[in-house]
Amino acid sequence: MMDTQATPLRPSRANVRGSVSTLGAALPFLALLVVGVSLPLFAGGYWGVIATRACVYWVLVSGLNLVVGFAGQIAIGWVALLTLGAYTTSVLVAGNVMPALPPYLALAIAAVVGAIFGLVIGLPALRLRTFYFAITTLGFATIVTQVALAWQSVTGGGVGVAGPVFPEPFASQWGFYYFCFGLAAICTWMTANIAASRFGRALTAIRDAEVAAEACGISKPVLLGAVFLFSGAVAAVAGGLFASLQSYITPDAFTLDLSVLFFIAILIGGRSSIFGPLLGTILLTVLPEFAAPLVAWSTFLYAVLLLVIVLAIPGGIAEILDFKNRRPLESDRAIVPRPELIVRLLDAAPNGGALTLQQVALSFGGVRAIDGLDLEIRPGQVHGLIGPNGSGKTTTLNVISGYYAPQRGAVRLNGAAMHVLAHHRRAHMRIARTFQTPRIVGSASVLQNVMIGGTIDGEGTFVESLLSLPRHRRDEAMLRDTAMLALAAVGLEQLAPVRADRLQHSELRFTEIARALMLRPKFLLLDEPAAGLSVEEISRLSALLLAIARAGTGVLLVEHHPDLIFDICHHITVLNLGKTLAAGTPAEIRSHREVINAYLGG
Amino acid sequence: MVASIVLSGVAIGCIYALIAITYNVMFSASRVFSFTAGTLGMLGGVLGSLFIARMGMPVAVGFLLALAGGAVFGIVTEIVAVRPVLKSLDQHLYVLSTLALALMIQQFTAIEWSTEPQPFPRLLDIAHVEFDQQFWLPMLACAAVIVGLELLYRHSLIGHAFLAIAEDNYAARALGLPERRLRMMSYALAGAIGALAGFAGGEMLLAFFANAPMLTFYGFVPVALGGMGNNRGAVVAGLLLGLFQQTANFLVGGIFASVAVFTVFIIVLLARPEGIASPALRRRV
Repeated sequence: MMDTQATPLRPSRANVRGSVSTLGAALPFLALLVVGVSLPLFAGGYWGVIATRACVYWVLVSGLNLVVGFAGQIAIGWVALLTLGAYTTSVLVAGNVMPALPPYLALAIAAVVGAIFGLVIGLPALRLRTFYFAITTLGFATIVTQVALAWQSVTGGGVGVAGPVFPEPFASQWGFYYFCFGLAAICTWMTANIAASRFGRALTAIRDAEVAAEACGISKPVLLGAVFLFSGAVAAVAGGLFASLQSYITPDAFTLDLSVLFFIAILIGGRSSIFGPLLGTILLTVLPEFAAPLVAWSTFLYAVLLLVIVLAIPGGIAEILDFKNRRPLESDRAIVPRPELIVRLLDAAPNGGALTLQQVALSFGGVRAIDGLDLEIRPGQVHGLIGPNGSGKTTTLNVISGYYAPQRGAVRLNGAAMHVLAHHRRAHMRIARTFQTPRIVGSASVLQNVMIGGTIDGEGTFVESLLSLPRHRRDEAMLRDTAMLALAAVGLEQLAPVRADRLQHSELRFTEIARALMLRPKFLLLDEPAAGLSVEEISRLSALLLAIARAGTGVLLVEHHPDLIFDICHHITVLNLGKTLAAGTPAEIRSHREVINAYLGG
Repeated sequence: MVASIVLSGVAIGCIYALIAITYNVMFSASRVFSFTAGTLGMLGGVLGSLFIARMGMPVAVGFLLALAGGAVFGIVTEIVAVRPVLKSLDQHLYVLSTLALALMIQQFTAIEWSTEPQPFPRLLDIAHVEFDQQFWLPMLACAAVIVGLELLYRHSLIGHAFLAIAEDNYAARALGLPERRLRMMSYALAGAIGALAGFAGGEMLLAFFANAPMLTFYGFVPVALGGMGNNRGAVVAGLLLGLFQQTANFLVGGIFASVAVFTVFIIVLLARPEGIASPALRRRV
């Protein structure tokens, strides 16, 4: 335990380290870029076709990767969008239904159509569970092929339609290769931008810790909507390129095998990775070429590969290549919060009104979880909520955060009634919370996890992040600096680059607090933050919470540890069977006879 | 005309219902929806055609062997694709592992059996009549399975054990029930039911590898609409689906009929994600 007080905080150091690692992460991409650009120098025409196909596939997979690898939505039938894009482009260029259009315009229209259908296919994901969504995408893939077969006047039915030919300089084989390669490179760049943005982190949060994501104000419909639009657009563009590469398309060209290839490329590559799926796509495209007799068996082999990946290495290639996180962590590390930094984090906490519960009641079936509860959480104070198991503490917290609608009574902020059941709006009211079991994105770094907490404070749009425009970069710098400050305040600065699933339980608790602080909360709701902490850690937590309250934040502390409660609370409410048993200052509660009987033990 | 629509609709609906029951039996034992449900149906048809038509076995022997094949594949599913991922149920790895297994079997069948639909033998040596065996065999199979399952669940010790596992896995294990063995038996049972669906419907659907994804989708529709784990809901929804599909087939043609089925499926699911028959109950925090 060094003299931490004297260590000055240098967020800039983190930035330097950040940009060095960014360069390291970009190296494999640059290597692929060099190989790709110089390919015609050392490869024959046949390999040119294979490489073009890999590029076309990657244009689609890059977008699908955001859906599958980042948002964790099991979208199996993405070939439907490839089909749609291929037919839209081909039909518009061929002029079957209206005067023929130039190929680029047709490709752009296909992108728009693809975006719309990406949204249509994707939207059920908002309502449906995993397997249901997987099945609907599968069904959609079947339907699109059948429509292509049936709608003869437009698609040519089983006979097919000629693919578009792009004009010079992209008409030759290598010219077309460079066209596809360029688009693939742009897609790589754009998706890598998203991956490194607040949107990318929010996607992984939706995947691994959905409830926490909502508590951070992340709106799943808006975010997934944007991702489906993008993913659909690039998939349809890939379709247009695919049609041109095939030079003639029939419904037979779009089997489910292709869908499986796309999907498996991502899983082989690994979740939350761009480079892994990119490598996966190249591997799966090239592999059958080395074993000609196996071509018929390729889908079988992909399926075997999928099974092996799921059972043996769920992390995929990306995890195998993640050398950084295999270095052992210091074993006797301690969490040393620096409460004095809290003031800098919660700079201008205004002295607003209180958060009040009036006569709130809620029952589940026949069980009255809370029954006429009154509570007032004032800014700048720590309010303790204690009581035996099942007395309604966590339920109270969930009512305040908007997960449950009270059947009676009202929750008011500053005198105004809060909208019930709008949990993702709570973050915008600057109400932050932690969870009884920490809800963390295990595969992301501690720093990224904390940055998730500030998602709603970014100003740039999804498109700005896609193109890495200035506002995006400003957001990222701001979030990174604030997150480093929050991590320093809770004492986890050293662990910022570490994968969160390598942390100890107590460190996860402090990580959650850091994430909650990112909101600069007016009210902070803590669900048993001291559970599983050592005595020493609990006393550091006390100091931290007091500093947070001093900065003007109202803290609601649900706890079992009497020491913590009586040490730091300004006001305590004791619950029993959903009712207030007693309320008052710590001294009053300590001497309250019923409380002693029911809870503290005499 | 109406009679033939009703006849084929109910018959195909019974096949969907049987696949839905296959889903449900596996789901009750493990909380896992398996992509192999449709594959089992496909296998029932292919194995029946293989044993009876190609290898010339008697119908009864071929029938039993086809069911046994389904049961074996059910057990393989449990061992290979379900048991290893049960620990991480919340990560939905089972969706991928069962999908992988289903694709493997489907591809294997396509290459080793045929990529074209093959004829399925007529099981009973009686002439074609209007109410033909190809229609009443699936109905009979469906009725037999429903009655059999009811008897099993209500009147046998092992059926009670199945129900206990389905209701509360942990409590059942705490009571000393051999959870793993019961799960394997459930999967074997599901395998046999799935194979029966394909076998009984063999003459309508033929012995065709692509029946696997088709049945995986159409068999899941009744599960989703009837409520998961709810066999009665599944049968009702299966019959409705069959009738709706055949009617649409007649009115707008085969391909747009599947578009119609898909559209209705999505709309109903979006309106009531928990199924028509089940109450909505969800606790997340």
